[in-house]
Amino acid sequence: MIIDHPLLGPRDASEFVYLGDALSMERPGVPATGEPPGEADIRVMHDHVHLRDNPAGLLRELWFHEQGDRSWLVVTRDTRTHRIERVELARDVALARAASPAVDGASDLAHPAVREDGSNRPEPRR
Amino acid sequence: MRYSALEIVKQGLTGNTGWTPAWREPEPAAEYDVVIVGGGGHGLATAHYLAREHGVHDVAVCERGWIGNGNIGRNTTIVRSNYLQPGNQPFYELSVRLWEGLEQDLNYNAMFSQRGILNLSHSDAQRDQQVRRANAMLMSGADAVLLDRAGVKRLCPYLDFDNARFPIRGGLWQARAGTARHDAVAWGYARAADERGVDILQNTEVTGFLMEDGRCVGVETARGRIRAKKVAVCVAGSSSRVMELAGMRLPIESHVLQAFVSEGLKPTVPGVVTFGAGHFYVSQSDKGGLVFGGNLDGYNSYASRGNLPLAEEVCGEAMAVMPMVGRAKLLRSWGGVMDMSMDGSPFIDRTGIPGLYFNGGWCYGGFKATPASGFCYAHLIATDTPHETATAMRLDRFLSGAPLDENGHGAQPNLH
Repeated sequence: MIIDHPLLGPRDASEFVYLGDALSMERPGVPATGEPPGEADIRVMHDHVHLRDNPAGLLRELWFHEQGDRSWLVVTRDTRTHRIERVELARDVALARAASPAVDGASDLAHPAVREDGSNRPEPRR
Repeated sequence: MRYSALEIVKQGLTGNTGWTPAWREPEPAAEYDVVIVGGGGHGLATAHYLAREHGVHDVAVCERGWIGNGNIGRNTTIVRSNYLQPGNQPFYELSVRLWEGLEQDLNYNAMFSQRGILNLSHSDAQRDQQVRRANAMLMSGADAVLLDRAGVKRLCPYLDFDNARFPIRGGLWQARAGTARHDAVAWGYARAADERGVDILQNTEVTGFLMEDGRCVGVETARGRIRAKKVAVCVAGSSSRVMELAGMRLPIESHVLQAFVSEGLKPTVPGVVTFGAGHFYVSQSDKGGLVFGGNLDGYNSYASRGNLPLAEEVCGEAMAVMPMVGRAKLLRSWGGVMDMSMDGSPFIDRTGIPGLYFNGGWCYGGFKATPASGFCYAHLIATDTPHETATAMRLDRFLSGAPLDENGHGAQPNLH
């Protein structure tokens, strides 16, 4: 599998270490008031750390170029075929997110823990 | 039809035209007491034990492909009960005991061979770890023997004892562990379940769950709707895809694991040997091929194939353990889809949705668990209480602070 590094060009995947879904970049925040986390906050953090979409299809994932320039990359790859669609520096992805936050101003990290129907999928981001 | 030596003779003398199909191919009924999603080893075992242990015969197993095409037909056949965690080890020992009676129970030759497993150790710290694990095994009623270097040499003289980089210091030996013919396990459970009235529905992919007032009341399939009082999912690497249909996310990532078989060789490796300074395991099938494997490739995958760097790594480990295999040709390699969990241990649990049960997260260790997984899942489905050996296998164990982390690598699936 070849990853086309934005700065260094095509590199073998074995030069990298795989972390997982790039959603892990979007860490839940601590309560703004500085109070200790409540049950809901703990639930949100649990879901962030332990639950995954794990799609059979396109996945945005984090790769660390351990044997190269030690940069983090966000790779968009189809998990059914291993075909890579896009490779970006994680720094650029993070900067882009910071430049255009969620439209209604609410954190796009505030996924409800468990919904009334028993499912735990996050609300679709607006 | 009961299989026996007499039957073989009788059929042989009459042109072998009297053998009956191992299982029927019925049309799906409109409703069942239990629908099992996933006709792999675990799903078929669950159906068998539901019927045999709990008298629940009105069961359908919905398999999207054909019996035996999933991980049950792709694994490296190892059976063992040498885990450390108290939430795991009694379960795996239950499984070995079920393996020991399996062929009589199923009236099917699964070629279960208790040829033993040897875990090599290469340092003092590793030896200490093995002492701890051996004690955990003994506490669960399993057998465990600690060998020193001389003991390992008597058992496996062909290992590389001169290897200065990975010196063999000793090993942990479990004599009752071994291998089994994986296809036969699927066929044996399928036939036994079918004989007890279970409908095995191949080419019946589940495409959705039927929900009424927040309760799961059946499944939508490629062959129409099937209602059920209880729906039990066990689809291994497809867990996330299937549970997404119920709106659930799981603490699971699907990863590729490769496995390899060499050309047929004269009998050389009598049992299973595992490398302590890397992730490598090898045994020899009755056809003579060495069956071996190692680590995951490391990235999420549903492709059922991996890449060459891992193949090189595994073959390198093979050379470090037993250099004699260097001249052997590799016959074939393949991959499967592993449901890697956040702590490397499985789930056998109810979900937040009444009527819907989940069994998954077996990582790359599901084959040895096949009998106990089916046994405990059937217990949970039938009684709505976990079996005593599976009480820790909960979906909420990360939230409650009770992960079952055998190797201590934390919430990183590809490290387990």
